[in-house]
Amino acid sequence: MSLLAAARSRTARTRRVKRMPTPALWAAAGFLLLLALSVVLPGLFTAADPVRTDIGAALLAPGPGHPFGTDQAGRDVLARVIYGSRYSLAIGFGATLIALVAGLVIGSLAGLMRRLGDGVLSRAIEIVMAFPEFLLALIVIAIIGPGELSLLVAVAIAVIPAYARVARVHTLVVKRAGYVEAARTLGVSPTRTVLRHVLPNTLGPLLVMAIMGVGTAITAAAGLSFLGLGPKPPTPEWGLILSEGRNYLATAWWIAVFPGVVITATVIATSILGRHVQALSLGRQR
Amino acid sequence: MTGHRAGQARRTGRPVARLAARLVAVVLVVWGAATVGFFSLRLIPGDPVNVLIGLGSVSERVRDQIREDWGLADPLVVQYLRYLGRLLQGDLGTSYRMQHPVADVIGQQLAPTVQLMVLAIAFALLLACGSALLGRDTRTASVAGLLELVAVSAPTFWIGLVLIGVFGFGLGWFPVVATVGFGALVLPAVTLSIPVAGIISQVLRQGLDDAEALPFVATVRARGASSTRLLLRHTLRHAAASSVTLTGYLVGSLLGGSVLVETVFARPGLGRVALNAIVDRDVPVVLGIIVLAAVVFSLVNLLVDLVADRLDPRLAAEQAHA
Repeated sequence: MSLLAAARSRTARTRRVKRMPTPALWAAAGFLLLLALSVVLPGLFTAADPVRTDIGAALLAPGPGHPFGTDQAGRDVLARVIYGSRYSLAIGFGATLIALVAGLVIGSLAGLMRRLGDGVLSRAIEIVMAFPEFLLALIVIAIIGPGELSLLVAVAIAVIPAYARVARVHTLVVKRAGYVEAARTLGVSPTRTVLRHVLPNTLGPLLVMAIMGVGTAITAAAGLSFLGLGPKPPTPEWGLILSEGRNYLATAWWIAVFPGVVITATVIATSILGRHVQALSLGRQR
Repeated sequence: MTGHRAGQARRTGRPVARLAARLVAVVLVVWGAATVGFFSLRLIPGDPVNVLIGLGSVSERVRDQIREDWGLADPLVVQYLRYLGRLLQGDLGTSYRMQHPVADVIGQQLAPTVQLMVLAIAFALLLACGSALLGRDTRTASVAGLLELVAVSAPTFWIGLVLIGVFGFGLGWFPVVATVGFGALVLPAVTLSIPVAGIISQVLRQGLDDAEALPFVATVRARGASSTRLLLRHTLRHAAASSVTLTGYLVGSLLGGSVLVETVFARPGLGRVALNAIVDRDVPVVLGIIVLAAVVFSLVNLLVDLVADRLDPRLAAEQAHA
């Protein structure tokens, strides 16, 4: 898990199952629901076109017609943020899902293998983890080239080692658990033991990690696209809107402020949800 | 568990042997990073000669000559071994784009990034201590929690944009475009420090909570120490010891964050070198950055391990287990 994601989860993990206050949880769930709706039905929230330019309406301050104002080409910033949610969320969830599956496979393989195999895989994970996640994602982009799909792949590859490491540790613990021992004694085949007993029990902690990880993935993807390594303009992607807004900070602060608020709110909402799930799963273990 | 006991046995071995084993691990990580980097960067599509000649067009004969000169015509294994040989002598190769030694390119840009990182660490520690103290009081604990959550959730580059907007253009306290002088360093350093401060603050608060549950606190209190004395002389030290292990991650995240912060503030530095090299597909420079990152990460972790073992021998055993 990236350290930022870990930091967002820390409170719940170590402070004796302190539940999030319910209003915060409801607000987070509500916000994520709205976001999900804006992915599926963006037209529900705005009538404006996120791409069509209208120079006559350029750089308008936030007002009744344009709650988030308009950008340098007269496009409604709110519409761009709403239509942009699909890129950011698709990349965030997609990258996390890929990392989760790949990390689970690599990590549990390492945990199940004997000394040599585990040693080689663990060293490999350690070497890759020597790189800051963001730098790793940048290097992947250098190899596969920029673009929307590249963002997804780069962010996924950058976080796989963290998932693999957690999966390995949990596999090592579960491998020695009483029920696995029992299954083996009862003559259950090794493959079946792994599929039925080991994997499902390593998946739990990884899922909690993944909920927190979605936020990290969204931020990382927005950062990469802010650097110009993601989708091309005029795609309404959050990081790209922010990089356009950078040039108008002195005259039109709203272009760079509102998309950032939405990103931050998204990451906070997934963290709150993640903490809650974590608290629930910890409660079950006690 | 067996792993636990084995780890403890290894850690409690002779100090010299332990240090040697760690140094070997450092060399292994750096070699592994250089190797993985070398071969995966070969996967970059396109001819490196195109990068070398830039926009001009040259005949096939000249292309072959360039390939010959840069050793690109040799088999991959030969190129790899030659690269390793040079690396052992501290030679990182020559940049395709700038036609300068990579070590010089990196060396020239090292200072601005190191300045930025050092100041960011100082700010992060200040902010984290402030927020941790705020979290001591039950009335303001939720405020500290909220601040931490925002600090670790907001994208770094966006924080930078907001700070430029507010303190640069809005209030005019700091220069927006200047790249020299202390004033120009403040906003970038604050930007870089905020996510790190959020993390340190949480770990510190957690450490303080844990330390306060320990029996020695009752003893100190029974001796008549005030809460402030207890905090400054005893529990804070305890909490700080547990956050030392974070250093490796933090240096890494500062290094990664510097790419974004340097772009937002249009500052020179390693982050910019890395980004430009990646955009230009300047393989030797990218490889140089990879090796540098691996060296820095391994050495920082080595130091942290040594310091942490000194501070708290129990930590070593726990780490070996995890």
